[in-house]
This record gives sequence, C-alpha cells and structure tokens, in this order.
Amino acid sequence: MAEREPNVAEEESTVAEPRTIDHYLHTDRFPHIWCPGCGLGTVTAAFLRAALELGLEKERTVVVGGIGCSSRAVGYLDFGTVHSIHGRALAFATGIKMAHPEFTVIVLTGDGDGAAIGGNHLIHACRRNLDITTILFNNNVYGMTGGQASPQTGMGGIATTAPFGFDEPSFDLCRLAEAAGATYVARGTSYGVRQLQRLIRDGITHPGFSFIEAVTQCPTEYGKRNPPKGPVQMLENLKEKAIPRKKAEGMTPEELEGRIVTGLLHRDESVPELTASYARMLERVRGSADE
Amino acid sequence: MATTEKLMAVTGNQAVAMAMKQIDPDVVAAYPITPQTDVVQSYSQYVADGEVQTEFVTVESEHSAMSACIGSAAAGARTMTATSSAGFALMWEVVYVAASMRLPIVMTTVNRALSGPINIHCDHSDSMGGRDSGWIQIYNEDAQEAYDATVMSFPIAEHPDVSLPLMNMYDGFIISGAIGPLRPLSDAAVKDFIGEKPAVLNLLDSEHPVTFGPFDGLHGWYFEHKIAQNRAMEAALPVIQETYDRFAEVTGRQYQHLMCYDMEDADVAIVVIGSAAGTARTVMAKLKAEGLKVGLVKIRTFRPFPTAEIARVLSGVKAVAVLDRADSFGAMGGPLYLEILAALYHEGVHTKTVNCIYGLGGRDLYPQNIEDVFRMLADAAGGADLPQSRVYLNMKGE
Repeated sequence: MAEREPNVAEEESTVAEPRTIDHYLHTDRFPHIWCPGCGLGTVTAAFLRAALELGLEKERTVVVGGIGCSSRAVGYLDFGTVHSIHGRALAFATGIKMAHPEFTVIVLTGDGDGAAIGGNHLIHACRRNLDITTILFNNNVYGMTGGQASPQTGMGGIATTAPFGFDEPSFDLCRLAEAAGATYVARGTSYGVRQLQRLIRDGITHPGFSFIEAVTQCPTEYGKRNPPKGPVQMLENLKEKAIPRKKAEGMTPEELEGRIVTGLLHRDESVPELTASYARMLERVRGSADE
Repeated sequence: MATTEKLMAVTGNQAVAMAMKQIDPDVVAAYPITPQTDVVQSYSQYVADGEVQTEFVTVESEHSAMSACIGSAAAGARTMTATSSAGFALMWEVVYVAASMRLPIVMTTVNRALSGPINIHCDHSDSMGGRDSGWIQIYNEDAQEAYDATVMSFPIAEHPDVSLPLMNMYDGFIISGAIGPLRPLSDAAVKDFIGEKPAVLNLLDSEHPVTFGPFDGLHGWYFEHKIAQNRAMEAALPVIQETYDRFAEVTGRQYQHLMCYDMEDADVAIVVIGSAAGTARTVMAKLKAEGLKVGLVKIRTFRPFPTAEIARVLSGVKAVAVLDRADSFGAMGGPLYLEILAALYHEGVHTKTVNCIYGLGGRDLYPQNIEDVFRMLADAAGGADLPQSRVYLNMKGE
C-alpha cells in the first residue's frame, strides 16, 4: 500500500502569487443559485479559505455533496467533486476515502440532507472514524424544495409543512456526532467566519472523522416565516446567540437556552482512524499468509 | 346541483392537490422532491386549515413515505402520496411491496429524469422504470387529465376485482408548474363518484386478524401470488374503461386507454405519452391543411397495457413512429416502442415502425421535430425505408 502523505503543502513551499479563493472556484459557473442574503456562500468561502491556508492540492482533494442548496456548492468548486444523491454523500465519500486514503475528502451537506434522509449514514460515518471532514450547513429548513420543515426547524418553527409551528424537537447535531463516535466536533456560524474557517481547517488536519456544524441563515425560506426576518437581522441574531464553549461552560442550562455554543466541542486522538487501522490489518493478514 | 365548477387556471400540481382535497383521504405521507413538492405542500395547507380530515405524515425519506403508506393502507385507510424521480427510485423496494400486498394506494408521480448527471427536468425514466412493479400506471397530458385521473383513481384501485396500487403521471414542469385550464367537479360530485371505501380485511379488524407479507418459505405460494397479481392487472383493464365511461356520464369528458386523434383515415401515425401529444396536435393541423393524412395515438393506460387495442388502432396505417421520453439502454428501443412492437407482432400487424427518443432531461421538443417525424413517415408510406436504429429528436451537435 502506498505510503500515506498528508495532503498539506510543505511549510517551505512558496507560492508565486498570493492566491484567492478563486483558485478553487469555477467562476465560469457563476452566478450561483443561492438567494440574496443566503449564508451558504459564506460557509463555502470559509471552507475555501481554510483550504487556501492548508494549500490543499486540487488533484488530491475530493469534495462530495448530497442534494439540496448546500450540496449545490460542489458544482462551483474546482477540486475533484461528486454531486451525489440525497442523503448519501457520506456513503460516496466513504468509498472514495477507503480506495484513496491519501486523498483529502470533504463532505458538504445540509440539515435536510445530512440529518434527515442521510441521518443513518451520518451516525455510522462518525462511528467508523474515517478521516473525512463533514461540514453540515444548518439553515433549519429544506430550502431548495420550498421551505418544508427539517429535523432542525425546531419547536414552534414555521414551515410550509408546519404552518402553525413545528411540534418536534431538533437534534443537537454536535452531541449526536460526538455520541456516535466522531473524534473532532465543532460548531461555528456564518457570522463568525474567521472562527468557522479555523474550525474547518483544524477539522481537515484532524486524523479522524471531523464534524463541523455551520449554523447559517436562509432568509428566503426560513427567515420569511420566522423571526428575525431579513438576512442582516438573521446574522445579528447569530452573533447575539453564539457563545464560545469556554464561556458556556460556566453557565446553567437555563442561561444557555436558545444559545448557539460555538468552537471546538470535542476532540479525541486516541481512537484509531479507519484507513490506518485497515492498512495495518492488511499488513498483518498478508504477513501471516506469507508465513 | 351542478356537477362541475367554473373553469379556472391552475398549475398541474395545484389541480392534483385540489382533487386530493376533494377526495379527502384518510392518510397522506410524503417527502419533498422537485417537481412534485407543491402537490403535497398545498395539501399540508389544507390539513392545517382544517379543510380535510386527513392524517398528514411528514417523513424523513421517500422510502419511509411509501412504508408509512403501506402501513396505513394495510390498516384499511384510504392512502395517497406523491413523488418524482429519485424519490420514486428510493421508494423502489416498498413500491413492489405495496403492489404485492394488493394495497390500493394512489400515488402521483410527477415525471422527472433520473440522475446522473443530476437533472430536475422532465422525462419518463422514473415511472417507466417502475412499469413492472405491479402498479397500475396512467399517464396524463395536462392539468385537466391529471385532475380527472386522480378523481378516478380510487374506484379503479379499490375495485374488488383489482385491489392494486395506482400511480398517475404527468410531465414535470411542463404540466406540473405551467398554468392551464381546469374545470373541476363539485366536492359533492367527487364524493359521490368515489363512494365509500369498500370494506376489506385489514390490520385493525381484531375480529378477523390478518397478516400482510409474511415470509413464505421455500415451498410456499409466492409463485401463485405473482400469478394472482397479473390476473388482477388483467381484470383492471375493463375496470379502468368502465370507470372512464362512468366519469364521462358525470362530466362529459370521455377517456379511453388510447386517445386517438384523426386515426380513422390516417396513412401515418405518431404514438406518444404525455404533454407531447399537445405539440403533436398543433403540427397535425398544419400538415392536414397540406393534405397529409396524419394521425396521433396518445397512450393513457400504460399498465395494464391495452395490447389488442393498440394493434387494432395501428393496423390501418402504413408507418408508425413511437416517441419515447425514456430509453431502455441496450434494448431495441425505448420502453413504449418495445411494448408496441410486441403488441403488433402478437396481433399479426405488419407496419413500418421507427423509434424516436426525445425530451430526455427536459430537452425541448419543438413542433419542427414532430413535423420532421411526420414527413419521414410520409416518405416511408410512399416506399422509403425507416431508420432501423433510434432517431434522436433535437440532439445537440447535429
């Protein structure tokens, strides 16, 4: 098996001209489909700036999307990309990573794609601790199909399928990912873009399954039915509700009600990563066969 | 009291949602997918406004949607859902289960291409893939047909000789999203037409416990069960026509398995499914003015397939083009073409045929494309040969 090399530029390497995120974009595909005020482009740009920071090679990076507004991002990215099927981006990514452990594999998904139809794939990808970085764009709604309630719409949230308010609680996706076995779990928002970029960057370099929830705004399908209305107000709301993990640690559950705890929430490097342990098993089995 | 309401302008999806509202089924379980979404979205509004008594279940995938429908129908409830494309594909496993359990679920399948590359526009590859699933399949040209077919669905599906699930199709975006004329029935006329759900064995009847779909073992009755499904499908053909006829008595709109246009004196004919029939008719008007004897057959009932009837209708023409909005890769032609060739051979009809593939992934079908096909057929009627392989209409790079 080929020796694994981290897909990260050497520190000495110099780039002739400073690159911008355009380096990783198919700008010829613009204008993109996202609505004015949408946060998905902000989250995508945070990922691309993290990729720039790490100097990710396009040829050794694969980005997989599912279906929905967030997954549509892969269509604009100049990496190896797969626009897969609804809820199964992680299944495609698992195959890619197992076949090419040397690739950096990123999954872009949404709350409908990743937490509803793809929920089972999400928990099992966490459990396997395969070195994939999943960025889940959480905008609380099925945006592309017209504002139906998703698992993340939240109690009382108005959606086209819940005109008098959704009466089901949401997942705490980060706690779900941690409980399922993800070894890097973080949460950021489309307001705190620098923090989000750092969390994504560290997730990519973490050797195991990284789950980053990016809480973002959908003014078109969520905001028009739920306060605060308007993209600026929604961003201000994210700013006000976000609270760093360290600060949150000293607070009571009542004080944390409705707040968005951000930052690195969980990291465990003691758990074996799947492609590495699989390679070791191959070595062991082949070694014993030769005896 | 009038049986029909005023003429209105609605999208195909709104027309079907209205029909569903008038039917007021016991249960609707669904998941959003373009271009079906606003059928169920509109319906959720009716539920929220208390205009229907339906138990409305939002689920986390289409596999769950059809599973919920099966549970509900097995409990004896009138059950409806809607889907498209990948949603239908994800239902696949349970689509077969619904048919083999003989549950009269009614589903709207708004036709959309299957991936990949990802495409949200119309073709028939989704429902054509389900043609052997054991569901009755009715294809509709426009919003009025889709509405009427929805109203006629339960009397067909629940008929004691049939007891099969039924799916209604219409073209995604072209019909689902475009506004067209609709003359709906009154609520009372719909209620009267569909009647009460016939009493059947169900899971909630504790006096007569039943089990649905248990493991049949290696030496069980699976084979005979499949034969029974096919017999039900054969029985459905006259039941569908009787229902069409009864509907005509109420509305004056007479449907047939095959809708024929100017076939009495046609030299050549096109066979087509769905909204392309409208495009074909406008072209025919022009060509008939030139003196060309052109005809059109629109297939409405695709499962069960009206084999003898299509052969009879086409027996008098010299050349036929079958237009498929889906392909069957590696086969002799698209699914409709294969069906019609088999019917012609079976009934001993020898006429020149050609298969035209069009509209995949929403590619436009222009009147000129249809005109070209009619002129090719006219040449063939005059002695020229027709292409043996597929003819692709409006392909890029030609």
